[in-house]
Amino acid sequence: MLICDNLVLRQDDFTLSADVAFASGKVTALIGPSGAGKSTLLSALAGFLTPVAGRVLWQGEDLTGLAPGARPISAIFQDNNLFPHLTISQNVGLGLRPALRLSQSEVAAVDQALASVGLAGLGNRKPGALSGGQQSRAALARVLLAQRPIVVLDEPFAALGPGLKDDMLDIVRATLADAGRTLLMVTHDPADAKRIADQAVFVADGTVSSPVATAAFFDDPSPALAAYLG
Amino acid sequence: MAQRAVAIAPRWPGAAAAALVLVLTIGTLAAVGWRAEWQRGLSPADWAAIRFTLTQALVSAGISVLLAIPVARALARRQFRGRSALITLMGAPFLLPTVVAVIGLLAVFGRGGMVNGALAWLGLPTITIFGFHGVVLAHVFFNLPLAIRLILQGWLAIPAERFRLAASLNMPVGRLLEWPMLRAVVPGVFLVIFLICLTSFAVALTLGGGPRATTVELAIYQALRFDFDLGRAALLAAVQFGLCVVAAVVVWRLTALGGMGAGLDRVVQRWDLRWPALDYLMIGLVAAFLLAPLAMVVWRGVPGLALMPDSIWAAAGRSVVVAICSALLCVGMALALAMRGGRMAAVVGVMPLAASGLVVGTGAFLLVYQFINPARLALPITVLVNATLALPFALRAIGQAVDGINRDFGRLGASLGLSGWAWVRIVVLPRIRRPLGFGAGLAAALSMGDLGVITLFAGEAEQTLPLAMYRLMGAYRMEAAAGAALLLLGLSLAAFWLCDQGGRGNADL
Repeated sequence: MLICDNLVLRQDDFTLSADVAFASGKVTALIGPSGAGKSTLLSALAGFLTPVAGRVLWQGEDLTGLAPGARPISAIFQDNNLFPHLTISQNVGLGLRPALRLSQSEVAAVDQALASVGLAGLGNRKPGALSGGQQSRAALARVLLAQRPIVVLDEPFAALGPGLKDDMLDIVRATLADAGRTLLMVTHDPADAKRIADQAVFVADGTVSSPVATAAFFDDPSPALAAYLG
Repeated sequence: MAQRAVAIAPRWPGAAAAALVLVLTIGTLAAVGWRAEWQRGLSPADWAAIRFTLTQALVSAGISVLLAIPVARALARRQFRGRSALITLMGAPFLLPTVVAVIGLLAVFGRGGMVNGALAWLGLPTITIFGFHGVVLAHVFFNLPLAIRLILQGWLAIPAERFRLAASLNMPVGRLLEWPMLRAVVPGVFLVIFLICLTSFAVALTLGGGPRATTVELAIYQALRFDFDLGRAALLAAVQFGLCVVAAVVVWRLTALGGMGAGLDRVVQRWDLRWPALDYLMIGLVAAFLLAPLAMVVWRGVPGLALMPDSIWAAAGRSVVVAICSALLCVGMALALAMRGGRMAAVVGVMPLAASGLVVGTGAFLLVYQFINPARLALPITVLVNATLALPFALRAIGQAVDGINRDFGRLGASLGLSGWAWVRIVVLPRIRRPLGFGAGLAAALSMGDLGVITLFAGEAEQTLPLAMYRLMGAYRMEAAAGAALLLLGLSLAAFWLCDQGGRGNADL
């Protein structure tokens, strides 16, 4: 269970409070108007933003004071998920060893992770030589390899076309979600949530609603959500 | 707000670099202030030096700017073969060792030079390059290209749409577009050059001198080196520091030396051009003025190479070592400060601009002379001072790159747990190769050609190439000096080129 315990976040003059729990092993979509604080919440969970008050708990352990790299959380951002000057293998290997000194077996694990996202044989290329979809897959391979139980995705595939985006969501579902990781994904698009998420929360007016099963979330929306969905 | 939007880097190297800069700037200044004989006041000769310093700077800046305006205009609106090469060439005086340029200018305007040869052939009286007008001539040679580049930037900053609109409305372009731009840009350019000329030492050392052409820095050198009058040297250093601080503040606010040559390749399309001959005449004259001395360095230098005493090669070896050490130290300090970031690094990074090599050297001399023969420290101090003086330029380039890395990849690095040396090794160093190479090249070239602090310390056994060359000139061995000038020119340009190219390599940024 990932718990935001009376969490209060502040960025400039914007305030978000969250008192919500996300069940382990579920995919949760964070939906809401832009500027409502979806990305702010993910930043705080990943450790980039220190909360003004409250705690973040994972399986009972307090994460609040931990550095981003010390949390059981992997992140995929909107962009800049890969270092352009490193090869794809090196980028993926960072998930295993941040100092990039890989043993033989770890190199094999990198190759295996690349194969599992359909990038077998492309490890020696640099990100610039790959398409946008392939770059997203490489970032995904790194998250797979890092073995951290929670994955936060901040509109990760927004730059891809609709077809590619759906492919990526399916891969996320097949690799990360089915392996039992706890996923939180920010999205603008209800179709994304319907495609991948077990449950959804609505982030608006400085608060985060409790998770609701995705089908019920959209079939029986709250008035505020209904207004947002239009 | 953000807890760790950047990966954690070790903090002690930044602190060490800052401490070194503080010792060399504030520390040496304190030594100067403590040793200065304030009660003695300034003698008539000192006032003459201050007056000369200000006058020559005023005249040099005025001439540079007045000549630069028509040339910049011509370059802004004419497209011709070799234009971008000419603009690149105008960045070169920044790297050109002063003594080398002086040798070139002597070959053109000196006693046995081209101009006097022509005048004698025409039966006209010859001119002399030493004294006030020689100093001004050399300063114009160095700063006219800078003025042209800065004013050209102003011209190219006028949006092309304005020229199109002006053409369609038949508006007077000069009065409505160009004059307002010049009014905004030219005062700043004038000030920058005025202040650069205030702190120039080697030109006055080689072309000035005597009671009527001595700058404050030259007076410091003479007080220290010839009279060993430490109180007077320190007092003059304090005066020079006052001038330098004003210089530094204004230069830092008004110039953008970071963008060496970026974006000047463009030509704005114009519809109001009638007199191409005039433009090309201006461009041709300036190109000749800049190229003739350089060509003469090569022309006279080649036969001179064979006439150089063996001591020149030893001096060249010392200069190469000094250049390598100070380049490494400079980029090391710049990287440490850039990684540490924050206000402290920014302040420390600009402090050397307020320091003149002679003032720092005087302070260092005062600090060490009681304990050790200063000549033994000549090379280490030259390395330290030159690395520090080049630091602001290296830090500007490297700091921007490091900020960009933190902005783009700081979160990724932090979430992967990349920190400390792994972050520096895996992400920072590969991504800042270009500014690192540029900064190292700049520091190497500047210290290779430095004829400042070394003059205060070095004896015969510690002389670097510029100093050895200056001593050859002082002994009227001009052929050998010309050979040394060519060697020095080659070494300086090679040092910059090697470092800069090394940084360009095959980096996927």
